[in-house]
Amino acid sequence: MKTDVVVRDLVRTFDDTTALAGVSFEVAAGELFGFIGPDGAGKTTLFRILATLMAPDRGSAEVLGYDVVDDMWALRRRVGYMPGRFSLYPDLSVLENLSFFASVFGTTVARQYDRIAPIYRQIEPFAARRAGALSGGMKQKLALSCALVHEPEILFLDEPTTGVDAVSRREFWDMLQGLRDDGLTIVVSTPYMDEADRCDRVALLDGGRILRIDAPAALGRTYGRPLLAVRGGDRYRLLKALRELPHTASVYPFGASLHYTDARADAAPEALAVELRDALAAAGFADADVRPIEPDIEDVFMALMGAAA
Amino acid sequence: MNDAAVRARGLTRRFGDFTAVDAITFEVAAGEVFGFLGANGAGKTTAIRMLTGLLRPTSGEASVAGHDVRTEPDAIKRSIGYMSQRFSLYEDLTPRENIRLYGGIYGLPRSEIRRRTDHLLERLGLVSAADELVAGLPLGWKQKLAFSVALLHEPDIVFLDEPTGGVDPVTRRQFWEMIYEAAASGTTAFVTTHYMDEAEYCDRLSIMVSGRIAALGTPEELKREHGVDSIEDVFVRLARGGPEDS
Repeated sequence: MKTDVVVRDLVRTFDDTTALAGVSFEVAAGELFGFIGPDGAGKTTLFRILATLMAPDRGSAEVLGYDVVDDMWALRRRVGYMPGRFSLYPDLSVLENLSFFASVFGTTVARQYDRIAPIYRQIEPFAARRAGALSGGMKQKLALSCALVHEPEILFLDEPTTGVDAVSRREFWDMLQGLRDDGLTIVVSTPYMDEADRCDRVALLDGGRILRIDAPAALGRTYGRPLLAVRGGDRYRLLKALRELPHTASVYPFGASLHYTDARADAAPEALAVELRDALAAAGFADADVRPIEPDIEDVFMALMGAAA
Repeated sequence: MNDAAVRARGLTRRFGDFTAVDAITFEVAAGEVFGFLGANGAGKTTAIRMLTGLLRPTSGEASVAGHDVRTEPDAIKRSIGYMSQRFSLYEDLTPRENIRLYGGIYGLPRSEIRRRTDHLLERLGLVSAADELVAGLPLGWKQKLAFSVALLHEPDIVFLDEPTGGVDPVTRRQFWEMIYEAAASGTTAFVTTHYMDEAEYCDRLSIMVSGRIAALGTPEELKREHGVDSIEDVFVRLARGGPEDS
């Protein structure tokens, strides 16, 4: 299988801040690869280096077989990059922005129409509107169209869904999966853990380090401790009660329930559920609902963050 | 003064012939954690600007902490705290200076500011960083400090506009515990968020679609009403009905 990205021990510092503290990974051709991590994890620095806009202090990065520093110019024509901050011309119309990016790369919107159509068609009714006057979801579609207009072989999308509502986020990921199905390699970053499931593989990034790389479904299996979902009664009081129990490793709110991790790695989850129900009943929560669950990516991320700290 | 922290009746705002907020009616009880959801462009920001006394309604009425948004906008500004993801703290001031600045703006006496500053820095575990520039602090610390500063003058209600965007999952949850704590001591929290799991943490929530309130109730009620398992599914169903463009 062809490998489109090879990164080895990448380090980048700014004054006293270490943005990337030795990052290594590979992305296969045709993969939809996600970097998941909070603000300050190093996502933007990494994407700037991959898009040849910044040089690393140490380590190496190859994209499509080109070195991101030595072969910068050859590589630029072949990558599409969508920066995290909206970086199009707000005073130009939708179509003017797109035509501009096409002309920079020596092509035209007409020649590239079929390639960008799946995304561009959704904003085409607003072709004459100023880009600055678009809604968040439409800006994002325009930025993606601009990143695609020169037929890149690989896409680097830095936090394309940040600040975008849940509906537009879903639509955007549907579009990315469509592009991936057409054979495009995509590397994308996001602070939203729930978007991990849309990727083929994800790297969990925190504090400039990769905590783990795996397929989303496989990540949960590495958790290593019994996890139970608890609900019932006043959530805040329930949370405090669970923290008081003798074998608590962690308790976190998760949507409508609380996720309780037990410190006894080898205990049987079903037996723990019974034990926990009894303990809560004794603490005044008469009908708490307790059930063993599979960890999701956010559980894993938080456990790894705790272990790394 | 009544029991409701927020009371809106037919609250409407038009810009030219565009109706950004279209006759919304709802109440938020004192001490409630209320989620105010909606797609981008649904009218949330316009509604919040009216409720915080920054924008006059075209028609309808609303009161916040017992004050009328039309006639008493200044009283409202004194009764509320506000925190957003974008603007909250001055980055080139230290935590101590930020606290002093906001304390001064809200007219707290100097001795009181000093007392609250020490108490707050200790509670946040920020004593060692009290005299470093905010710009250099980890994001999670900034968020907690910003929230505490918004509560410095002990407002009746605090407006939190996407307070946790981009924050790591542990800090995000610690932040929600601060919201619960504030609510448990009687402060009403009015929260917007794009994280649908956070919507489930609210006592009640509303979902705005095209300027109207399309859903209002507890998370459980809304899920039952729509026959789905998560607020995200409720949100997607409702928001798909409205035009994304605005």
